[in-house]
Amino acid sequence: MKKDEVPQDLSSLGKITKEVCYATDSNGKYVTELSSGWDVKITALDTAWGDIEKRIAAAKQQVRDGKASPLLFFIEYRLMDVAILAGYTGIWKWQIKRHLKPEVFKKLSDKKLQKYAEAFNIKVEDLKTMTVHED
Amino acid sequence: MKIDFEHRQAAHCESGVTSNLLWNASGGKITEPLAFGIGAGLFFAYIPLIKINNGPAIAFRTMPGHIFSRTCKSLNIPVERKKFGSKEKAQVYLDMCLETGHAVGCQVGVYYLPYFPKEYRFHFNAHNLIVYGKDGDNYLVSDPIMEGTNVMDSYQLERVRFAKGALSPKGHIYYPKENKEITDDQIRQAIKSGIKKNVYNMLSIPGSFAGISGIRNTGKKIKNWRDKLGIEKSKLYLAQMVRMQEEIGTGGGGFRYIYGAFLQEADVYLPGNQLAVYSSIFTKSGDLWRTAAVHAAGIYKGRIGSQEDFNTMGDYLLEIAEVERSAFETLKKIKWQ
Repeated sequence: MKKDEVPQDLSSLGKITKEVCYATDSNGKYVTELSSGWDVKITALDTAWGDIEKRIAAAKQQVRDGKASPLLFFIEYRLMDVAILAGYTGIWKWQIKRHLKPEVFKKLSDKKLQKYAEAFNIKVEDLKTMTVHED
Repeated sequence: MKIDFEHRQAAHCESGVTSNLLWNASGGKITEPLAFGIGAGLFFAYIPLIKINNGPAIAFRTMPGHIFSRTCKSLNIPVERKKFGSKEKAQVYLDMCLETGHAVGCQVGVYYLPYFPKEYRFHFNAHNLIVYGKDGDNYLVSDPIMEGTNVMDSYQLERVRFAKGALSPKGHIYYPKENKEITDDQIRQAIKSGIKKNVYNMLSIPGSFAGISGIRNTGKKIKNWRDKLGIEKSKLYLAQMVRMQEEIGTGGGGFRYIYGAFLQEADVYLPGNQLAVYSSIFTKSGDLWRTAAVHAAGIYKGRIGSQEDFNTMGDYLLEIAEVERSAFETLKKIKWQ
């Protein structure tokens, strides 16, 4: 890549920091050049987020339909999976899978709910009611 | 408390941290490209069995941690590294390092990294930054991919040092134990061994998931994605590949440009070995990766998406595999002058 071809399409990262790229100058010598983003990367990230939004919406619907507990929604909302949630809470994966069932979730102790809420960085009440506050 | 440390922005977190931690000892000689090349940073791996954000794991660089370790080992610099079961002990140890005047590298997860924009926060746990001081409850943080430095309070830092999920850092901390002087002769030897290691990684790792054969194999697989995965999933996979290749901290072209810069710098230490000429092959390869990324973007934007387009996508990788194979075969055959 030539130095003057380093793309400057403003990304959400570009608003906070420019990125270092390595590119060649007119003599073919490598130099560093700052880039504020590249359209190809921005749309790649948008594609990933489009999928995440879909997964969150599907999870929300499942909870509303009584097919899953709010845990599923917050797992998707926090881009987690059962393994990551197990890591943050110290609760076994097979237990988390049981807690994904609405009837099991309803009987969870306050202590367990608190652990989940902490992992999701939310309040217990919001966990139960599937309420989201933008952060 | 502040340590004599200067923040320098880099393209890639780990080679940036390595270069910055060794800056004083090397008198600024260990630049980011040198750290990347001596650490044998260039790689390719496609591991569909490991899922990252619901897509396949694709890597354009070597395993996390290897660049720092290899670079220090080749330059004969003793390294201290620790992981912790307890958050309290991890903080006590960090404070002790700072008190004794050591800036330290920390492995962190980016999901709760406060200065990253939300769109970039995934559960990715192999990010690296330097802590170089403490002011009350605030730690002074030098993240090599950022233009400036940042401040994190003890809770924020603990959270990212103890992020969970794949490659969880467990408070991983590392730093050069002493500031030994690094001689030009050591650098020459380190460059040779870094190239040798990278030649092995790209040409000789058994199996078809990594190195040149990994690129070739992925190219062949991509041609089947449309039929096998369906168009929507294929789009996600291609977007994932482009992000791993170009997103924060690759220097562009899936690290191929940094490697090109490394060979140019290496040529100054080891003239007469044509390294500057070989550098241009990696520039070509990086350009090809970016051309492929533009094509991939056409598919995930939905502008194109026929089987023919997937064939073209796969062919790009086959072409790249050939370019990089010949480049590494050439590096392998060098009779050092």
